[in-house]
Amino acid sequence: MKIIVCVKRVVDTETRVKIGPDGTSIDLGGVQFITAPYDEMAVEKAIQLRDAAGEGSVTVVTVGPAAATKELRTALAMGADAAVHAVVEDRLGPNATAAALAEVITGREYDLILCGKQATDEDDAAVGPLLAAALDLPCVAFVHGLDVEGRTALAEREIDGQAERLDVDLPAVFTAQKGLAEPRYPGLKGIMAAKKKPLETVEVDTSGGLTTIESLELPAARAAMVTIDPTPEGMQSLLTALRNDKKVL
Amino acid sequence: MADILIYLETAHGADGATLKKPAAEVATAGRALADAAGGRLVALVTGAVQPEGILGGHGVDEVLHVDGEAYGHHLLGAQSAALEAAIADVQPATVLLAATVLGKELAAYAAGRTGRALVSDAIAVQSAGDGIVATKPKFAGKAIARITASGPSIVSLRPNAIPPAEAARDATTRTLAVEVPAARVRLRDVSAAGEKKLELTEADRIVSGGRGMGAPENWNEVLDLAAALGAAHGASRAVVDAGWRPHAEQVGQTGKTVSPKLYVACGISGAIQHLAGMSSSKVIVAVNKDAEAPIFKVADYGIVGDVHDVLPMLTEAAKAFLAS
Ligand SMILES: Cc1cc2nc3c(=O)[nH]c(=O)nc-3n(C[C@H](O)[C@H](O)[C@H](O)COP(=O)(O)OP(=O)(O)OC[C@H]3O[C@@H](n4cnc5c(N)ncnc54)[C@H](O)[C@@H]3O)c2cc1C
Ligand SMILES: Nc1ncnc2c1ncn2[C@@H]1O[C@H](COP(=O)(O)O)[C@@H](O)[C@H]1O
Repeated sequence: MKIIVCVKRVVDTETRVKIGPDGTSIDLGGVQFITAPYDEMAVEKAIQLRDAAGEGSVTVVTVGPAAATKELRTALAMGADAAVHAVVEDRLGPNATAAALAEVITGREYDLILCGKQATDEDDAAVGPLLAAALDLPCVAFVHGLDVEGRTALAEREIDGQAERLDVDLPAVFTAQKGLAEPRYPGLKGIMAAKKKPLETVEVDTSGGLTTIESLELPAARAAMVTIDPTPEGMQSLLTALRNDKKVL
Repeated sequence: MADILIYLETAHGADGATLKKPAAEVATAGRALADAAGGRLVALVTGAVQPEGILGGHGVDEVLHVDGEAYGHHLLGAQSAALEAAIADVQPATVLLAATVLGKELAAYAAGRTGRALVSDAIAVQSAGDGIVATKPKFAGKAIARITASGPSIVSLRPNAIPPAEAARDATTRTLAVEVPAARVRLRDVSAAGEKKLELTEADRIVSGGRGMGAPENWNEVLDLAAALGAAHGASRAVVDAGWRPHAEQVGQTGKTVSPKLYVACGISGAIQHLAGMSSSKVIVAVNKDAEAPIFKVADYGIVGDVHDVLPMLTEAAKAFLAS
């Protein structure tokens, strides 16, 4: 079974965001980077599916800065077999990212493409379905369960509190929701082995952008907190404020 | 003159399909865009709904209705085929839909299929020249971006971000025929188990509990308060990881992003990844015994106290208050 996983280098979820001098991106000074958490789950799931099948390969793909080699090496250390790096320093919008990934993936062999449900920087939850459309593949986003039987996958996800199970013709694109797999920590052996695994660098067209970020700002500061006494009278004043001042009850 | 198309997501139940809650919000945003462009507002609905007059009260001029075998359950291929057909028919400047789980998936897939610019999970959208300018949170709400698309676009709108407004119209209805492609994704089954419930992301009010609830046996305190306030209930990752609550209830960076009108955080410390999922709530109430807990930095109302005292007290008070 041949699986392609799209992984993205993103700023750590602990990051205190400061706006950069250009006013359209964040200040990256002192910022830590990680593999987007859902992408790690996708990598883990891909490794598990390959191992269960007893054959095949996992190829991780990224469109990102030269420094993203680190995240690709992490995926290789977890157990992926090969990596492809489209080196792009600029931050692309969702249309351009999906177009670039489609360009990298076209011509390669795969049964399955896995993405994270959402990259924790852009928060679009869009690149997976956009990529599926670009490659004319079926797509199921937000899956927390995935099994493969021959040329069909069984995908599970939750919609409005109900678990939905879908039979999907392969090849297809899936995006990982939490619960799909618990990412492993790469061991020392994996880290050593990763150094010898193939990491290919490619060029892509980045002109497929249809949106522009005009500005990036910090959210408006919230008003100062009102302290409520933990007493029945306090509860009464809280409820009154929620109804009369805030109009939320 | 440019028309605006909105896609109204339906929920499928035993008794046919019904419009989901964010429909009026999407129509309100669509009406404003149509007015700015001097165009009409056309709504697409699929499945076994009664299309007559749908959301005329919120400014819809015309309803396009697509029905048939493929529309008994929401499947991406068929829904996108309907949306693509409606786009070809209406040639809208912008397509709006709700950024629900299914809405985000459809918005992106249809944008890819039609070559339209995509803005996902926006909290506001306005027309700008031939295109739009949208506002959307990035970095888990720690920054807000203004994004422009100069050509045709598809924008998904975060539920609860836009207050619905009235605008009376006589909406006419037209049936749209759609060539549905052979399904490459087929429904095997839907769990009969879990009650069909309002998606956390669409709820007006949410009561969430964290590790400070002490033990899963105490969760009834959260559920009782939620019931008294007519709220959905959520959880922090700590309690989901501990197995007290299912993952579907997790709020935060690796859970759901919610923007209800009212969010009540009970025994939640307010870690940055939790705040990522709820800090855009309109009003935040926090209950925590630690006056230094970071959740109080984002709270509008803070109660320093023990959840086991405060929650039952607030539940009783809310029952009496809301009955009056
Ligand atoms: C990559 C990543 C992603 C993450 N994603 C998420 C996410 O999606 N959602 C999420 O929630 N977290 C997420 N986290 C975890 C997050 O960092 C915190 O660990 C988590 O939110 C803590 O949950 P908590 O507030 O319930 O527990 P704690 O941090 O343990 O806080 C418990 C709070 O309860 C209070 N308390 C204790 N007893 C009482 C009492 N009797 N009465 C009143 N108050 C009391 C305490 O003072 C404390 O403030 C993520 C972390 C990482 C690294
Ligand atoms: N630059 C990128 N390189 C590789 N994969 C990406 C990139 N951007 C997004 N993805 C994939 O698409 C998913 C959704 O991203 P987004 O639509 O930006 O929230 C991510 O979890 C990744 O799996």
